[in-house]
Amino acid sequence: MQDDPPVPGGVAVVVDARGSHCPGALMELIVALKHARRGEFLLVLADDPGSAREIPEWLAKVGQRHVSTRSEQGVLHIMVEKTRG
Amino acid sequence: MRIMIVGAGIGGTILANRLARLLAPELQRGEVDVVVLSASPRHLYQPGLLHLALGQTTVDALYRDQRTLLDPRIALLIDEVVAFAPDSKQVRGASGNAYSYDWLVIATGSRVTPEEVPGLAENAHGFYTEAAALRLAQALQAFDGGRVVVTTGVPHKCPMAPLELTFLLQDLFVRRGIAPRVDLLYTYPIGRLHSIEAVAEWARIEFARRGIRSATYFNIAAVDGATRTVHSEEGLSVDYDLLIAIPPHRGADAIERSGLGPRGWVPTHRRLLTMQGRDDVFVLGDTTNLPVSKAGSTARFQAEVIAANLASRVRGGGDTHGYDGKVLCFIETSRDRATYAAFNYAEPPRPHAPSRAMHMAKTFYHRLYWSSLRGFP
Ligand SMILES: Cc1cc2nc3c(=O)[nH]c(=O)nc-3n(C[C@H](O)[C@H](O)[C@H](O)COP(=O)(O)OP(=O)(O)OC[C@H]3O[C@@H](n4cnc5c(N)ncnc54)[C@H](O)[C@@H]3O)c2cc1C
Repeated sequence: MQDDPPVPGGVAVVVDARGSHCPGALMELIVALKHARRGEFLLVLADDPGSAREIPEWLAKVGQRHVSTRSEQGVLHIMVEKTRG
Repeated sequence: MRIMIVGAGIGGTILANRLARLLAPELQRGEVDVVVLSASPRHLYQPGLLHLALGQTTVDALYRDQRTLLDPRIALLIDEVVAFAPDSKQVRGASGNAYSYDWLVIATGSRVTPEEVPGLAENAHGFYTEAAALRLAQALQAFDGGRVVVTTGVPHKCPMAPLELTFLLQDLFVRRGIAPRVDLLYTYPIGRLHSIEAVAEWARIEFARRGIRSATYFNIAAVDGATRTVHSEEGLSVDYDLLIAIPPHRGADAIERSGLGPRGWVPTHRRLLTMQGRDDVFVLGDTTNLPVSKAGSTARFQAEVIAANLASRVRGGGDTHGYDGKVLCFIETSRDRATYAAFNYAEPPRPHAPSRAMHMAKTFYHRLYWSSLRGFP
């Protein structure tokens, strides 16, 4: 078992989207990122496999940073840095 | 002992009526009282706003007197809560009155905040308030062709509303004979047409069949009224003749100002529905921070759990029920067909083909709205 990567200042917001089919993890992240501060790190917990592809894809479109993705006991841990806005 | 429910929408009303039955002996003996404290003496049937905007119903059909919807054993007080003070087990109303409780349920719903997006409040139509729905009804009546853009902010209540609006608009344009002159563009925040994959896939086929265009990964960044352009966070700009938005939402202002939860969403235990760190405060419906759909059915299922647990607590017991994340949403796909999606934390939604039977079920469900507030199982 690995840990989430250490990030400067620690994780500011945990977006716990486990069990969320609607609105779903990406929608939860969109809201959280909008209200986060630049330089903050957000950790998304999701258990729908689609998020592994969808979240980095959207982050690339809006120019925010996908730090890492790992899976632990069926739960995706997706680390995101708010780099702009 | 006093149970205080703040908010008399779907969740608050059903919870109060269920408690009246579950706690009948205690209410009779005067050992407990259940008080509903709400900002409005009238109850709005919110799904009707969509039909108001489409010119299919009138304002008076959407409201009932809240008192008539509550069991006579429930006290109803009208006051807008402006502050929550959980440390002193009190809430304060706009009237200046303070109200004490032993158990509190926060069921204040959610509200639209178009002001969060530059230009949205000034330039976009909507249907999430009575005033907006009436304005849209007029605009649609005057509309004779051009580009209609449907756009959705996050978070928002009623996940089915964007698609439902789009299908019903297209239906309206066909019936009015202006469909060939209308370019209908649906935009959505994530990479498909709906959060539920099966619904998104079905909508994709329907869009192709009906000639509705779409743009995904579209989060509204700003609206420019002078050039009639809407810009997305993802860098896309589209022109419109008529812009209809489901704006982003927040919870009640008093929640935010009292420091109970950012943007009015109260951090909530996903199974017990208690406020995080507060065993004597429950959270019900749209105002939780849970990653579940903000919908009437969610509030209904949660009310059942909270009612059972409060009744047990009044009798000295513990929490006997848990919320499993259950949501049930109907979606109207045309004037005579509908489908639905049901799911919970563990079970993803499964697809169902739209049918006339489901349309009947939905119509029936909506007709039953007022009596369903009685909260019978
Ligand atoms: C256009 C539209 C269509 C919809 N269609 C559907 C549908 O088809 N199916 C579905 O399931 N859901 C639908 N919904 C969503 C549904 O209406 C809500 O999710 C549901 O009403 C939430 O219930 P609630 O009890 O949490 O809040 P609400 O029902 O919104 O009730 C909130 C209550 O709190 C009161 N209140 C607010 N602030 C205060 C305060 N500070 N002090 C005291 N009282 C306060 C309000 O007056 C109100 O009585 C729709 C919503 C809209 C707008």
